[in-house]
Amino acid sequence: MNVLKIKDDSRSTKHDTNNIKTYSERGILLFIAAIQIYPLLWLIMFSLKSNQEIFGKNPLALPKKLLWENYARALFDGNIARYFINSIIVTVVAVIITGILAAMASYAIARMEWKLSQAMLVVFLLGIMVPMHSTLLPLFIFLKKAHLYNTYAALILPYIGFSLPMAIFILVGFFGTLPKELEESACLDGANIYQVFASIMLPLTKPALATISIFTYLACWNELMFATTFVSEQEFKTLTVGIMGMVGMYATRWGELGAGLVIATVPTVLIYISMSKQVQKSFTTGALKG
Amino acid sequence: MNKVFSDKKAIFLFVFPAFLVFFMIIILPIFFSAYYSTLDWNGIGKATFIGIQNYINLFVNNTDGFVMSIKNSFIVALLSVFVQVPLALILALVIAKGIKWEGLFRTVYFIPVIISTTVIGQLWMKIYQPKYGMLNNILDIVGLDFLKHNWLATPETALGSAFFVIIWQYIGYHMLLLYSGIKAIPTTIYEAAEVDGANNFQKATRITIPLILPMLKVCVTFALVGSLKTFDLIYVLTKGGPIHATEVPTTLMFSTIFLQNKYGYGSSMSIFIILECLVFTIFLQKVFKAETITY
Repeated sequence: MNVLKIKDDSRSTKHDTNNIKTYSERGILLFIAAIQIYPLLWLIMFSLKSNQEIFGKNPLALPKKLLWENYARALFDGNIARYFINSIIVTVVAVIITGILAAMASYAIARMEWKLSQAMLVVFLLGIMVPMHSTLLPLFIFLKKAHLYNTYAALILPYIGFSLPMAIFILVGFFGTLPKELEESACLDGANIYQVFASIMLPLTKPALATISIFTYLACWNELMFATTFVSEQEFKTLTVGIMGMVGMYATRWGELGAGLVIATVPTVLIYISMSKQVQKSFTTGALKG
Repeated sequence: MNKVFSDKKAIFLFVFPAFLVFFMIIILPIFFSAYYSTLDWNGIGKATFIGIQNYINLFVNNTDGFVMSIKNSFIVALLSVFVQVPLALILALVIAKGIKWEGLFRTVYFIPVIISTTVIGQLWMKIYQPKYGMLNNILDIVGLDFLKHNWLATPETALGSAFFVIIWQYIGYHMLLLYSGIKAIPTTIYEAAEVDGANNFQKATRITIPLILPMLKVCVTFALVGSLKTFDLIYVLTKGGPIHATEVPTTLMFSTIFLQNKYGYGSSMSIFIILECLVFTIFLQKVFKAETITY
């Protein structure tokens, strides 16, 4: 951190000789930041407005009175509360199972000795390239035949399947960086392979598991195509589908719809604010490995 | 010791659960898609084997807009690679110099990346709304009201409007990847260049860009393959309309299967999408292979 600061200072003194350039550069950066942020602020504003204000003279104005009723109505009349709970159930289960299955498979691939370990890794990695779209119809038919259509499992299973390849890639890479001595000494102490995995290796993979959890969370929470195809009953709909369903009903009531959009985004933004470094890191790790 | 680590039963127990899910969800469906794509089938009645007729129908005397949808996805891919990635590169170069509020800019630019495309699509539908939407109202205020448009309902502006949203959402992603690539370059290289009297532009073109080529390759691959797979945003914004103006292969596949019940024909589209992604990924590998530079 200190090193960065020192570097900052030396660069900015150099820049002082070139003030106009610095200011115009800063101006452009701020302008782009405004383009990135203003639409989101506008969303929050209209989610707190009444129809008179939204469709009034100045749709860009700040709300006169904060209409929190929009949120209550979206949650309960618009069924967003139900969708929210469903999204949490589907996402949390998918994140946990992905982490466990990926850790187990990656450990066997990276650390145990068997002939096909590299071939197995290649097979999993090929999965990264497969577009979800090309599995849509067969999965739809399969889920219907297996009587899983309109259940949580109809979403959880596909989400795990599509999260595994990247998760395994990251974890195999991570296991490769851990020293072998730990396992060996545990073995000499008489631990079996399951104990070595569960009580020695698994706790060490926490950073990699955090990375995997973040992008599995984002993939599941934001997913639309599977969610709209594999579930048709209100009872199991997740937020993305629920919001798509709200559009027809609330076509002329932007306030409630806006409130729904904000509610669907709050958990993601909270996660981002509380650990933005970790979130950004999980994207760059995923990219470098992929 | 070796016995512990080559315990066949343990290996099976560790790998099998993940492999089973992976196999059922990804591998098996691809084979089924390939099989369905040789059928004339509406999903309910009897399926007839018709060989490659579905694939022929995709391209010969095609009237459902498939060729148009490929063209659209190529336009988006080209714009992503030649507009979005360069813009992101410029942003990354500027921010990574160590300017004031570096972290803040990086964080703010990145926010749209993590928000659901469904939410983003709904929001931009409201932004593009001709009468009460943000865009036309801003144009009014700054005196550019002659530019006002019914953005998504006009075939000429619909694809461009959708593309702008794609840039808006993902520019921060490419910026972040390139930024992290730049930050990984040892500062001693720049110090040496400064001693030699290099200016900022020379440092960027002679040092930074050649050294972040692997990251640039990742960005170009993601931008290209991501564009070929675009679905959510188009589905939410326009459902491919007006009159196929924003249709991409994935949205057309979706409506062919689930609205027109052409299971076989829709599957041939899905196989085409896999092959398309595969071909372009390999192509990019080849293009970038020749040029790997390390420090």
